[in-house]
Amino acid sequence: MTATQSQGGTPLFRMEGICKRYGGVRALEDASLAVEGGRIHAILGENGAGKSTLIKIMAGAVVPDEGRMLLEDRQVAFRSPAQAARAGIACVFQELSLIPDLSVADNISISNPPRRFGLIDRTAQRRLAEEALARAGAEDIHPRTLVRDLPLSRRQMVEIAKALAWKPRILILDEATSALTAGDVAKVFAVLRRLRAEGLALLYISHRMHEITEIADECTVFRNGRNVASYAAGTRSGSEVVEMMIGREVSGVFPPKPQRHRESPPVLACDRFGWSDRLHDITLKVRPGEIVGLGGLDGQGQRELLLGLFGVLRGTTGNVSIDGVATSIASPGTARAGRIGMALIPEDRKTEGLMQPMTVRENLSFAALDQLSARGVIDRDKEERAIDELVRLLAIKAASLDIPVGSLSGGNQQKVVIAKWLMRRPRIILLNDPTRGIDVGTKQEMYQLLRRLADADAAILFYSTDYDELVGCCDRVLVLYDGRIVRELEGAGITERALVASALHVDAQAEAAA
Amino acid sequence: MSEWRYWLNEQRGTLMGLAIFLLMFSVYIANHPAGLTVNVVETAANKGVLLAFIAMAQALVVITAGIDLSVGMIFVLTNCIASWIVVGTPMQTALGVAGVLLAGAACGAINGLLVIYGRLQPIVVTIATGAIYFGVALLLRPFPGGSVNEDLADALTGRLFGTIPTSLVALLVVVLLVWLPFRGSEIGRAAYAAGSSETAAFMSGVPIRRARFAAYTLAGLLAGIGGLFLTFFTYTGEAAFASGSGYTLWSIAAVVLGGVSLYGGRGSAVGAIFGAFAARTTGDMLFVFDVDPLWQPLLQGMVLLVAVSIGAIGLLRVRSRLDWFQ
Repeated sequence: MTATQSQGGTPLFRMEGICKRYGGVRALEDASLAVEGGRIHAILGENGAGKSTLIKIMAGAVVPDEGRMLLEDRQVAFRSPAQAARAGIACVFQELSLIPDLSVADNISISNPPRRFGLIDRTAQRRLAEEALARAGAEDIHPRTLVRDLPLSRRQMVEIAKALAWKPRILILDEATSALTAGDVAKVFAVLRRLRAEGLALLYISHRMHEITEIADECTVFRNGRNVASYAAGTRSGSEVVEMMIGREVSGVFPPKPQRHRESPPVLACDRFGWSDRLHDITLKVRPGEIVGLGGLDGQGQRELLLGLFGVLRGTTGNVSIDGVATSIASPGTARAGRIGMALIPEDRKTEGLMQPMTVRENLSFAALDQLSARGVIDRDKEERAIDELVRLLAIKAASLDIPVGSLSGGNQQKVVIAKWLMRRPRIILLNDPTRGIDVGTKQEMYQLLRRLADADAAILFYSTDYDELVGCCDRVLVLYDGRIVRELEGAGITERALVASALHVDAQAEAAA
Repeated sequence: MSEWRYWLNEQRGTLMGLAIFLLMFSVYIANHPAGLTVNVVETAANKGVLLAFIAMAQALVVITAGIDLSVGMIFVLTNCIASWIVVGTPMQTALGVAGVLLAGAACGAINGLLVIYGRLQPIVVTIATGAIYFGVALLLRPFPGGSVNEDLADALTGRLFGTIPTSLVALLVVVLLVWLPFRGSEIGRAAYAAGSSETAAFMSGVPIRRARFAAYTLAGLLAGIGGLFLTFFTYTGEAAFASGSGYTLWSIAAVVLGGVSLYGGRGSAVGAIFGAFAARTTGDMLFVFDVDPLWQPLLQGMVLLVAVSIGAIGLLRVRSRLDWFQ
């Protein structure tokens, strides 16, 4: 494939009339898509719009009920991811497809390892891995590292390298940048542009609008299992696109921020809080009714700070006080208890937030079981009332409350995580990047909810990797760099520019030098 | 990090198993009246080798995140089969050995088919098949008896060059011929992948079913080799229920001691071998300290707990409690 061959505009790959149902639920209904070589094609849509199903079908992980797929005008059908990969379609999945206990090199050539005398040739495999990592712009990852020892953002780079090792003609990136730091995103984009120049067809799925504007050539919007619009990138405004995605008009993504009330004493305060070599001298105060953001590049200690406050880490230093009283929080159990009343909405809803095989109902009442029971017996009526109230408050969409929570869409799962903690009526809410991989509609609901909780006098500490969110939601933002607070932004001072600059620690250094 | 550190990180569980074994074995030798003699080593090797084969079998299945509670019974069944057919001329004996190994592999394959294609829980399937295998063993040998080609038996249970226990050499040969090729093959890697994250393995187009089937079948084969050696040591066949269940349970203790994660995906059969020898030493320890037999089971249990705790010592260093659950 060269770039010139694909200039003619004949699609490299086409899907027509694709239908897929799960039980009674229609995931895709008469959907179609055409992708060309040498182009980056963005797919937009809310969670549950059918994007994931569509690409799973392309990648051979799901078999469609109806419809046909044509690769260069030849009809194809894939029964497994391996078949699709051999036909030249490789996918970087949103749900990571890496094996945690194997090394990076093992993972990169997992589907098709080089062989010698019937056994895996480890030298050749190592070379392949180094090549693929270099192609993905991740030379810094050692091929022998075990995947489980890598942070999320590095794993994502390995995932991309793994897809490239197939030497695909069509590369699908499903939320491939959702766990990446800004620096990595720039690297990935450079890689994608090079692949486009090499004539690959790239399918790019992301919830980050500015990324799509930056990288895509054309866009297709999905809604309720159908493709509802296609347009050349840059020809529609942001609000037009959002409207197409959710099918109704959107007014103000972020709720207005109220006037500040500085007088009230802080609920949560910490003084020179530290932990091993990851957190140093963290001093902060959160007042009731306040949403305080944590900014900075990914992995600068924000996650550790939240976990430390919640009593997960051992050997923390410094003081934490609740309502002005010095308090030692030894475990999540203490943290959530009555007087402290703290809740942590974790980053990884799959493992830390929910018990996937258990029902929505069971998950919802888990954190508050002690409050719902008398002498160890659960009060069913009380539980029922509390659950109903929350499902209504958060507009959780589930076919039934008695299905496994793992079968809900990402956005609804995240709502369940939040609802589960709200049931305790927490006074201090810590959120660890709660909107990652969640659709626009749900995000908006989250923002409204956060503000409502703050108005009801909750103190909120909110870590987000999305700068727009910090700007739109927070009363104050603390920017972390290398485990320290390097900057505090307030009110109108919270701008994307200021956030990026202090996250990269450029202006602070300049100030220090001055 | 240098290449060396990566290797250490990959082999951590196995090395921990080796360390536990060395520690326990030195305590044992230090207190043994005879000290480190060829005789003492030979006895220890011959006792440990049987559990080592069964533990290797268990490790293969555990790596795929399964469990095989029938390994001990396959061991007993193949012992009974061997006591009938591993006799006569060298040719007949060779055929007999092949038959025993085939029977072991067939038992494992049946487990694999039921678990993979029957989609049944491995724990229940192998309890059931274990009972069946024991039943067959009982029909073959209602009373202890039978015999084995003694020339072969003596050759494989004696010493090589007067110093090295032949059974250890046999174990090494099995590691070289069965484990290392498995570990280095695509199927072996798929077994690790299936145990570590089945979804990710499926998404990557890994042959999960074939890998798990291979793991169960090879486990049967290894248990069969164990049964063969039991026959070489005892010259008879016996459908001993207690022995079968004992070996099954101790094989699980051995894989854990040897650094194989019961959640799958981590560890190696070599680690399981060290674990098996360490587990065996817990029993021998009580002899050298001349413990009243009445107290032995209780104390052996406590020694085992101490040994397992040494393996878990890494958790004490954990600074984030979330790491406990990984």
